[in-house]
Amino acid sequence: MQIKVNGEIMSFTSNITLLQLLESLEINPGSVAVELNGVIIDRDNYGKTGLNEGDVVEIVRFVGGG
Amino acid sequence: MILSNEQLKRYERQIIMDTIGKEGQEKLCSSKVLVIGTGGLGSPAALYLAAMGVGTLGFVDSDCVEISNLQRQIIHGTPDIGKPKVESARDRINQLNPHVKVEVYKTRLSRNNVMGIISKYDLVVDAVDNFPTRFLVNDACFFAGKPLVEAGVLRWEGQVMTIFPGEGACYRCLFKEPPLPENVEDPGEAGVLGVIPGIIGTLQALEAVKIILGRGKNLKGRMLIFDGLNSSFREIEVPKNPRCPLCGEEPKITSFEGK
Repeated sequence: MQIKVNGEIMSFTSNITLLQLLESLEINPGSVAVELNGVIIDRDNYGKTGLNEGDVVEIVRFVGGG
Repeated sequence: MILSNEQLKRYERQIIMDTIGKEGQEKLCSSKVLVIGTGGLGSPAALYLAAMGVGTLGFVDSDCVEISNLQRQIIHGTPDIGKPKVESARDRINQLNPHVKVEVYKTRLSRNNVMGIISKYDLVVDAVDNFPTRFLVNDACFFAGKPLVEAGVLRWEGQVMTIFPGEGACYRCLFKEPPLPENVEDPGEAGVLGVIPGIIGTLQALEAVKIILGRGKNLKGRMLIFDGLNSSFREIEVPKNPRCPLCGEEPKITSFEGK
C-alpha cells in the first residue's frame, strides 16, 4: 500500500491506521494535527482511522516559539 | 490622509508600483497593526512594517531584553539589555521611521485585557512564544472580527497562516486546543536558529501588508511550513473544520468571557 505523507510517498506491506503511521514515524500523537485527504481528523480517532492506497496525509507539528 | 513630500520620497519605491501607488501607500500610512510579542518574530515583522510605512504600530510584551534574546530578536541591541522590550522596540522604530506612531503595552496579554487592546487595531500579528497566548489571541481575534497573521518557529522550522474570522480556517480548526506541555518542545530547551524567525516574521509582515492593501492572495485556509534544513516550503490546505470548538457548526466556545 502506498500513501503520501507530507508530500513523500511511503510504502507499507499491510494496512495500517493513522495511529500506527504516527508510531512508525516516532511521532507523539499529542504533538501534531493530522489531515487525511484534506479533512482534519480528531486525535481520538487516529486509532480508528484506517489508511487506504493513495491516501494523502499531512502531519503538522505544534510549532509555538516566537 | 495626505502624504508629505518627505513621505513621498521615503516610500518612492512602493509608490511607483502600479499595485500600490499613492493610494495604496496612503492606506498603509493610515493602518494600525498590533504586534503581540516583540521577540524573534515580532522584531522583523515590526521593523519591516514600520519601514514600509504602517501608520500605527502597537507592541504588547511584558518582558525585558536579555542577552540570550539577541541572536534572533533583532529589534533590540546590546545596549537595550535590561530595558522593557516594548520600550526598546519603540525607540528602534522611532529611529527607523519617525512617521510611525508607536503604542506600547508592557503587560502580559490576558483574557481581561486582550479585547480592549486589539479593538484599537485593524489587524493583529501574532508573534508570541507560547501556546496558551496563541490560542487566546486566536479566540480574541475571532470574537473581535480582526484578521490575524499567525506564526510559530522552532529549531530550523517555521509555520505561518492568515486567519480571517468567519472566513476560512482558524488556528483551532487545525489545532483544537493547546497541547499538553509534556507533548511539545519548549523553544527555550529545543532552541531556534536566529534567522528562522527572521524569515517567518518577514512573511508575517508581507501578509499584513497584503491585508491592508487588499492585494494578492493571502494565506487564508493555507499554512506555509518552512523547513530551513532543506530550504523548502510546504503548503497545506487547512479546511474550515465543522467540528472546530470556536468557529465550527456547534461551537463550544461561544463567548470570550464565558470560556
